[in-house]
Amino acid sequence: MAFLDFRGGSGRVQIVSKRRATCGRHSWSPRVGACVRRTHLVRKRALLGGSNKPRLHVGSGAMEGAMQTESKIRADSRTEPGPRGPGCSLRHFACEQNLLSRPDGSASFLQGDTSVLAGVYGPAEVKISKEIFNKATLEVILRPKTGLPGVAEKSRERLIRNTCEAVVLGALHPRTSITVVLQVVSDAGSLLACCLNAACMALVDAGVPMRALFCGVTCALDSDGTLMLDPTAKQEKEARAVLTFALDSVERKLLMSTTKGLYSDAELQQCLAAAQTASTHVFRFYRESLQRRYSKS
Amino acid sequence: MSFRTVEPLEYYRRFLKENCRPDGRELGEFRTTTVNVGSIGTADGSSLVKLGNTTVICGIKAEFGAPPTDAPDKGYVVPNVDLSPLCSWRFRSGPPGEEAQVASQFIADVIENSQIIQKEDLCISSGKLAWVLYCDLICLNHDGNILDACTFALLAALKNVQLPEVTINEETALAEVNLKKKSYLNIRTHPVATSFAVFDDTLLIVDPTEEEEHLATGTLTVVMDEEGKLCCLHKPGGSGLTGAKLQDCMSRAVTRHKEVKKLMDEVFKSMKPK
Repeated sequence: MAFLDFRGGSGRVQIVSKRRATCGRHSWSPRVGACVRRTHLVRKRALLGGSNKPRLHVGSGAMEGAMQTESKIRADSRTEPGPRGPGCSLRHFACEQNLLSRPDGSASFLQGDTSVLAGVYGPAEVKISKEIFNKATLEVILRPKTGLPGVAEKSRERLIRNTCEAVVLGALHPRTSITVVLQVVSDAGSLLACCLNAACMALVDAGVPMRALFCGVTCALDSDGTLMLDPTAKQEKEARAVLTFALDSVERKLLMSTTKGLYSDAELQQCLAAAQTASTHVFRFYRESLQRRYSKS
Repeated sequence: MSFRTVEPLEYYRRFLKENCRPDGRELGEFRTTTVNVGSIGTADGSSLVKLGNTTVICGIKAEFGAPPTDAPDKGYVVPNVDLSPLCSWRFRSGPPGEEAQVASQFIADVIENSQIIQKEDLCISSGKLAWVLYCDLICLNHDGNILDACTFALLAALKNVQLPEVTINEETALAEVNLKKKSYLNIRTHPVATSFAVFDDTLLIVDPTEEEEHLATGTLTVVMDEEGKLCCLHKPGGSGLTGAKLQDCMSRAVTRHKEVKKLMDEVFKSMKPK
């Protein structure tokens, strides 16, 4: 893989499954090993016109080498990087694994401009006061970007911890502790969903046995009832209600839900259905990302 | 040795198979709810709620404060849930533990989302003076379902709060409080919380006791107001739920709201007008 040679200088296996950069003018060039301006392709996009049909944005991960595949992917994607049209579309996302050397597993998850770094230590030794005789003790630490962690962080930690506990096979490692540490690098909306995704990827990287993967999806409802997936910080502030769901990969069941604002029962079902559809794309991204990582040999 | 101590989950399963619970309740039945309002004389508003054995007392004190700079015509409502060693063996004295912090955050979210009182009503003088309502929820006995009890206690206490009239003296720019003239707060909505516990990934039971919460594989709390709008769907992890199961929870939450509203109306009607 051409670009692995450029990025993998330190000998670590790094997979970067990157979707197009938000500005649309720069994209990752595997040959050069850096982001380059693609003016000719931007013009090509404009010629293609671009459809107004909202599409789900997924880090396709199909970044290798060939320029023709790049242009083909670009043809499918939406043209303007500006405000998203009404309907369901996720921002572009990227994931990087195994970037820290000390934790057993680590991952960095980017959703638009929101970025969270996760590290997993475990299964490791546990304090006698915290040990559970028949399963692993899961602990989540969430550090905000600035300031000391407060009550809101504690509440989020509890949500993430309970979600992880539902999927991690703790019974295989009794009397041990699995610690997930999350650091918020930048917050531009949908922070909790990004934290969940980063935590899942880090747990996979650490090799912790799980019964399913999980992903986080955020929905925002604005005052006239329009649904927006993966809202930015501005959209979240202006929305009437913001709902965050964690869904599992096996049956798309609802693992965790936390909401802000007022909404009706019907709107909840609508958001849940939209989140379930969106989660399919996130899980496909996980799969591709991991396939690319482990297919190098 | 008692079977209940040795194999609590198996013991519970035997009851759940017959669609009932060890304390004789049905799966969708709440424990006896009692509410007592205005019992603390020193507080501006207070209430005591008992859900079976779970007892939560709420006291609200109103103080003056400067409004926030980014919202100069809003007051504050500051909730704090205190889970002391008195209520359960699980808690130690010292800084609030995780469960207390999560409960405080939950109550803060309910106040914020449901718009139970308009924060603009708490402003006395824009940019200079506003009311700060400190809501202290103290759990006296923790037997499960703390969130429902806290929400109910907060609602009842807020309905009981009487704020004195405050005028700003133009000459001295000081606030003058008229303790003889008091008025109730304008409560816009009545959010009511209904908690469920998920057993063995499939069964949903309402109003879990502490033992049931411990054995459950997941919990879910739905906060609904009178128009059927949801203020909060709090599901902190645990086993997965399908959309259909959520629908059942919603319908149970609607019936619970009616029960609680009826109880509250009775209590406030029976109170002697001051």
